[in-house]
Amino acid sequence: MSVRQNLLAAIVAAMVAVAASPASSQVLRYANQGELKSLDPYTLKETTTIAHHAHVYEGLVGRDKDLKIVPALAESWETLDPTHWRFHLRKGVKFHNGDPFTADDVLFSADRVRANGSNFLSNVPGDAKFVKVDDYTVDVMLSAPNPILISQWDGWYIMDKKWSEEHDSIAPTPASATTPSYAALHENGTGPFIIESHQPGVKTVFKVNPNWWGKPEHNLKEIIFTPIASDATRVAALLSGEVDVIEPVPIQDIQRVNASGVATVMNGPELRTIFLGMDQARDELLYSNVKGKNPFKDIRVREAFYKAIDVDLIKNRVMRGLSTPSALMIAPQLFALSKDFTRPKADIDGAKKLMAEAGYADGFEVTMDCPNDRYVNDAAICQAVVGMLARIGVKVDLLAQPKAQYFGKVLKPGGYKTSFYLLGWTPASQDSHNVLHDILGCRDDPKDPTRGEANLAGYCNKELDALADKILVESDTAKRDQMIKQAFEIAIKDWAYIPLHQQALSWGVSKKVKLTQRADNQVLLYWATKQEE
Amino acid sequence: MSDAVVPHKTDAGAPAAHASASGWFTRVIESDLFYSFCRSKLTITAALVTLLFFLLAIFAPLISVQNPFDPAQLQLINSRIPPLWTADGQTPFLLGTDEQGRDVLSAILYGLRISLVVGVLGVAFSGALGILLGLIAGYVGGAVDSLIMRIADVQLTFPAILIALLVNGVVKSVFGNRLDAASMLGVLVLAIGLSFWVQYARTVRGSVLVEKSKDYIAAAQLIGLPAPVIMLRHVLPNTMSPILVIATINLALAIITEATLSFLGSGMPDTMPSLGTLIRIGNNYLFSGEWWIVAFPGFALAALILSINLLGDWLRDALNPKLR
Repeated sequence: MSVRQNLLAAIVAAMVAVAASPASSQVLRYANQGELKSLDPYTLKETTTIAHHAHVYEGLVGRDKDLKIVPALAESWETLDPTHWRFHLRKGVKFHNGDPFTADDVLFSADRVRANGSNFLSNVPGDAKFVKVDDYTVDVMLSAPNPILISQWDGWYIMDKKWSEEHDSIAPTPASATTPSYAALHENGTGPFIIESHQPGVKTVFKVNPNWWGKPEHNLKEIIFTPIASDATRVAALLSGEVDVIEPVPIQDIQRVNASGVATVMNGPELRTIFLGMDQARDELLYSNVKGKNPFKDIRVREAFYKAIDVDLIKNRVMRGLSTPSALMIAPQLFALSKDFTRPKADIDGAKKLMAEAGYADGFEVTMDCPNDRYVNDAAICQAVVGMLARIGVKVDLLAQPKAQYFGKVLKPGGYKTSFYLLGWTPASQDSHNVLHDILGCRDDPKDPTRGEANLAGYCNKELDALADKILVESDTAKRDQMIKQAFEIAIKDWAYIPLHQQALSWGVSKKVKLTQRADNQVLLYWATKQEE
Repeated sequence: MSDAVVPHKTDAGAPAAHASASGWFTRVIESDLFYSFCRSKLTITAALVTLLFFLLAIFAPLISVQNPFDPAQLQLINSRIPPLWTADGQTPFLLGTDEQGRDVLSAILYGLRISLVVGVLGVAFSGALGILLGLIAGYVGGAVDSLIMRIADVQLTFPAILIALLVNGVVKSVFGNRLDAASMLGVLVLAIGLSFWVQYARTVRGSVLVEKSKDYIAAAQLIGLPAPVIMLRHVLPNTMSPILVIATINLALAIITEATLSFLGSGMPDTMPSLGTLIRIGNNYLFSGEWWIVAFPGFALAALILSINLLGDWLRDALNPKLR
């Protein structure tokens, strides 16, 4: 038996060796800590997923290497008046199955992205009317002026109407769906790559699209994506040459990767803000031992939570110095007046006193939702938070899950099922209004149903909403910044959220590969070149 | 046939008759088993190590410097301290701390408790289930026997860890994703119990088939004893020695299975780590110079499994009349 086992082991080892032999040139292997669950571009508004989709799908507009808006499927556009935009579509573009791209597809995509189950509702205003002028011209009628309309559109990808109808995929696949739809398992975009095979959680193969309308800036014929959840394994795969690009490099391994001689770490500040949210909407928390009332409705409890958390300690210990503690829900690069804000220092005694005043001298129990494969050291940050809150008597039950389950539970399609959670947010428009609208805006606003879409905490202040509406249409930058500042001050006064920090970008890139790193942390491999072997 | 009834009957009844404590002790000392135990230094060492692990687990709260399951006792400022004997070591963290400031030694001691509790309860559960089904299958025979044994055969085609993952997944999806740590323990016991019962059932059934045709059983049936009494009082004791061997080896397997489940992330949560969870956490730092977070829980698990396995091996040889 043992001889047979040895033989078997030898065969398996040989097979592994063959499979892992040096990647052939122009085939780029990329590993991320999380998996690519759904190919439906409207299922999950999450940077990694959007970036994956960006290889096969395109929006009317895109963003360049410096995050500036550039034409994509729309060749040009003009505003006829402040509420009337006209888009001229690119001609001769074909979807991957050969269907031509026309105005009908734009109208279809505009309906689909705003349909039930879509996670991108706030990217396209609900009351905007899309009108077909001719096959290659689309008009958009707004009910109010919106100068930043297209800044949210780079993540809104255009789908093929005919293909979606043929495959029973007219409705978007919600993130909470348990059975994948056709569109979740197949793609039909216009982008520079075609997905040749997709095994969720295992491997996705992208082949270059020879009929793409643009001029490729890469020298790849194939991208192979594999999720590798384990930090150590992911780094080992990079250093052994099994993969060419990994995201993220765990911060404990940055030095080792740089010293390896085969790969380097691309570092930079990220625009994402990591924060904690507390459910302030429900009358009774879903997951807590406090019954009949919601402790987070008490502003003193929120302040106590805020003050119990020592972000500097998290920075020094969990993030190893690679994070920037934040007082705001937006990165300083995106808001000019960020310097006017300072984060209150951690104050355990003060927090305890506040808890006692609120009637929770002995604390209470609450469950915390946390992803464990999404942000840098996310689960470790959550555990640190658990420890810090234990000091003010709050017993936190930590539920750390892979992002597929996590997002399915806590986001809007899952019914905001959380009491206390950690989330990261990069405003898709690179602008404060997105934060004020999506995260700090009231949910269930009858006039604007997409307001507060990512406001899992259910924070609501009408004064802030009114300001956000004014900010949207204000074109004087100085005045606008003052209003944004005012809005953030309201949120801080309400202890609406607990911003933690901006994490650092850390991509591990083989020395054979040249790559462009964008501050929004989208790994876009159509700007990658790989040295020939 | 009938001439053999009398001696067999006294034979079977004999073990139950002795009860005095000193008699019991003398019997142990004079037994073949104890003799063979004393002759093997390896076995004595293995037994001592196993005993040590059990004692460490039982007295964990007295030995450890902190309760690693209580987040209030963890200080983030104490995170990633190397073991005491290295240059940056700090008291009282003998084996260093992990990234949450958890003392590795305390975490191992408390993790041992979980591993051993899950292991022992898992073996007890699978043993009880397997013995019961094996007895019924062997004694009743016929369609019942076929049914139970076919289920066993089918299950035998799957690796135990797959069954455990399946049970674990089903229970979790039924109860939602939220289970507190105590019920998580129960789920693990259930998963492990349901994956290991087959061996017991098959062994017991085999022994029962052999014993069933013997005359003392016929005699017991003749005097009108009910079937459950015959099964439990007369057949079962004669099948115990292989069961003992399986149970010992399965204890090691159950601990490994629990560690595997936890390592894969579907076992004990990070806030209440078992040895497998500790190894998973530490695995992230394995190549980053922070080796102690994974190395010591790994050593502890390996030593525990090795010593239990050595005990099991010795027991199998000692109870095998062909090897005497």
